[in-house]
Amino acid sequence: MKSLEDLKKMREKALKKVEMRDVNKKYRVVVGMATCGIAAGARPVLNKLIEELGNNDYPCIVTQTGCIGLCAYEPIVEVFNQEDQTKTTYVHVTPEKAVSILQNHILKDRILTEFTIDSYQK
Amino acid sequence: MERINVLICAGTGCTSSNSALLVQKFNELLPQYGLEEEVKVIKTGCFGLCQKGPIVAIYPDKVFYNHVKVEDVEVIISEHLYKGRVVKRLELSEIDEATKEQILDIDKIKFYAKQKRIALRNCGVINPEDIMEYIAKDGYMALGKVISEMTPQEVIDEIKASGLRGRGGGGFPTGVKWQFAANQPKGQKYVICNADEGDPGAFMDRSILEGDPHSVIEAMAIAGYAIGADHGYIYIRAEYPIAVQRLKIAIKQAEEYGLLGKNILGTDFSFELEIRLGAGAFVCGEETALIMSIEGKRGMPVPKPPFPAVSGVWGKPTIINNVETFANVAQIILNGASWFANIGTERSKGTKVFALGGKISNTGLVEIPMGTTLREIIYEIGGGCPNNKNFKAVQTGGPSGGCLTEDQLDTPIDFDNLVELGSMMGSGGMIVLDEDNCMVDVARFYLDFIVEESCGKCTPCRVGTKRLLEMLIKITKGEGGLEILDEMEKLCYEIKQTALCGLGQTAPNPILSTLKQFRKEYEAHVVDKRCPAGVCKALLTYQVKADLCRKCSLCAKNCPVGAISGVPGKEPYHIDTSKCIKCGACYNACRFNAIERR
Repeated sequence: MKSLEDLKKMREKALKKVEMRDVNKKYRVVVGMATCGIAAGARPVLNKLIEELGNNDYPCIVTQTGCIGLCAYEPIVEVFNQEDQTKTTYVHVTPEKAVSILQNHILKDRILTEFTIDSYQK
Repeated sequence: MERINVLICAGTGCTSSNSALLVQKFNELLPQYGLEEEVKVIKTGCFGLCQKGPIVAIYPDKVFYNHVKVEDVEVIISEHLYKGRVVKRLELSEIDEATKEQILDIDKIKFYAKQKRIALRNCGVINPEDIMEYIAKDGYMALGKVISEMTPQEVIDEIKASGLRGRGGGGFPTGVKWQFAANQPKGQKYVICNADEGDPGAFMDRSILEGDPHSVIEAMAIAGYAIGADHGYIYIRAEYPIAVQRLKIAIKQAEEYGLLGKNILGTDFSFELEIRLGAGAFVCGEETALIMSIEGKRGMPVPKPPFPAVSGVWGKPTIINNVETFANVAQIILNGASWFANIGTERSKGTKVFALGGKISNTGLVEIPMGTTLREIIYEIGGGCPNNKNFKAVQTGGPSGGCLTEDQLDTPIDFDNLVELGSMMGSGGMIVLDEDNCMVDVARFYLDFIVEESCGKCTPCRVGTKRLLEMLIKITKGEGGLEILDEMEKLCYEIKQTALCGLGQTAPNPILSTLKQFRKEYEAHVVDKRCPAGVCKALLTYQVKADLCRKCSLCAKNCPVGAISGVPGKEPYHIDTSKCIKCGACYNACRFNAIERR
């Protein structure tokens, strides 16, 4: 490195390496990854989320959980807002919907009501 | 695509409880679950909670597993990493005494809640063997800022304004020290990092070097810029192999990235670093002895002045700072002197790292703001004495320090308060003693250490400490009367006044402080011929209390010298004191408290 600018650029690159350990993000995106979830296609959803996270900066962490208890609605993605402690449950999520959740809900705070459990149960 | 980080402590504590095998097992099993692309296993430095080691942290879930064994690795992978189910039985948690609720958030459990991590900020968070992770945590930004935007004098002024004082024991203002060296005429100057951590029970410096070596390297370069030095030495003992190894890796990486060496970041500033291994002599932590050792001579102190800032290594102006002192420097530059000066007390700024050891529930490494009370450290962070034993004293400052008692626990910790109480900050060892510790024996332990470590150059230390030890041994045997205590005290003061270096001048402190706080206990030894804590063997007798004896024969079976006789089920047992070697085997074996130790 030849200048302070080079160092700053290097830091931007390096940040990706430790991003996983920065848990103080606004949102927590949780994918149900129990047998029911995996059978219904949660794996591609999780993969897509992680892939997107690698491509763009989203104010969220993505993690997984066990069976949420609503197996008929799997794959389920829960979005926790860590600031106001609210939860949004998205059901029958596909990789495409997952990207949409990231781009709208996470990035623009716009909840996609048409995909949430409430609209399915009506 | 990577989605989970598994952080495994690779500090000396967890390494000795086989954390390296955990890393191996994770890497071996992950491919079997097809997770090798998604899960990254990272070796980090010390998390601080050594008592619960080995510790494995899972991110981004922020789940901490404690006491993890090799056989647990598969469960963690199959349950947590694969299916997203936390392995409850391994999870680090605490029960809130008031609400009886289980606390799982690592930042809320008592051990961490009261801490403020500046020197340890990256320990247990980054991989110390990867410079990129340090850079991600603003690593080398302070050096970059200093060499491209600040003059050397501005750097020194900033450090002075922060109020940072040397963390190695003396508490000398760091900025003032730098100023002395900077004021010397231009020419060859040196920066030395004193990593010769010698106090029994202290391991702060080791943990910083193991967990965040770059923070020290960066700060040394900043110091070099400030005083006009282009060369530095890290003096570290060879008995810290992991720290030495990580330092070597870190120096090499910093050189490759152009952060050490010629024309750093395209400026005129050049700085190179060398590691010098010490053989682990306590006296080499004393700065003039350390310089002798770096020069390849026998590690013996020389009188000051001249101070190293005027004539140090190779006769050139030199600053010597401790590891922890350096670990604070980059943060002060980045966050500003006033940020640092706002933490702590009137005359002691910032935080201090302590190694908690001895009779305490949470053995480990803690960093607290100056001004925290001893009570908070011992009871809230440390969890008090284990097994419901009563707290007796806490020893701070190592062999140069002293003991503090129950009624002093509410003292806010800072450099001056501890000195006032007859102890000292020292490098940060904190050994807790409970009712089972004999204070005479504790003093004997430290004197034993001093006698071994005295370099022998001056008579007061070489001969005087030996005499002190002999007196202490006499006392532990109940020999001599009250006059031996006065004689010992007198010799202590003579040594303090006449010894050449800090080691000798402070060597009598463990005696003076215990004598002051626990004179009754000394008197019990020499007058009543009794050791109240039941430690000094020569003064103990073991007896069977006939009324409590159930005649089970367990004591006799455990006695290694056949000193106990009796008839199982019929006659109470009896100890033949002429044969008894006072090993305590019967005392430990008896289930009915029928053996009396006096």
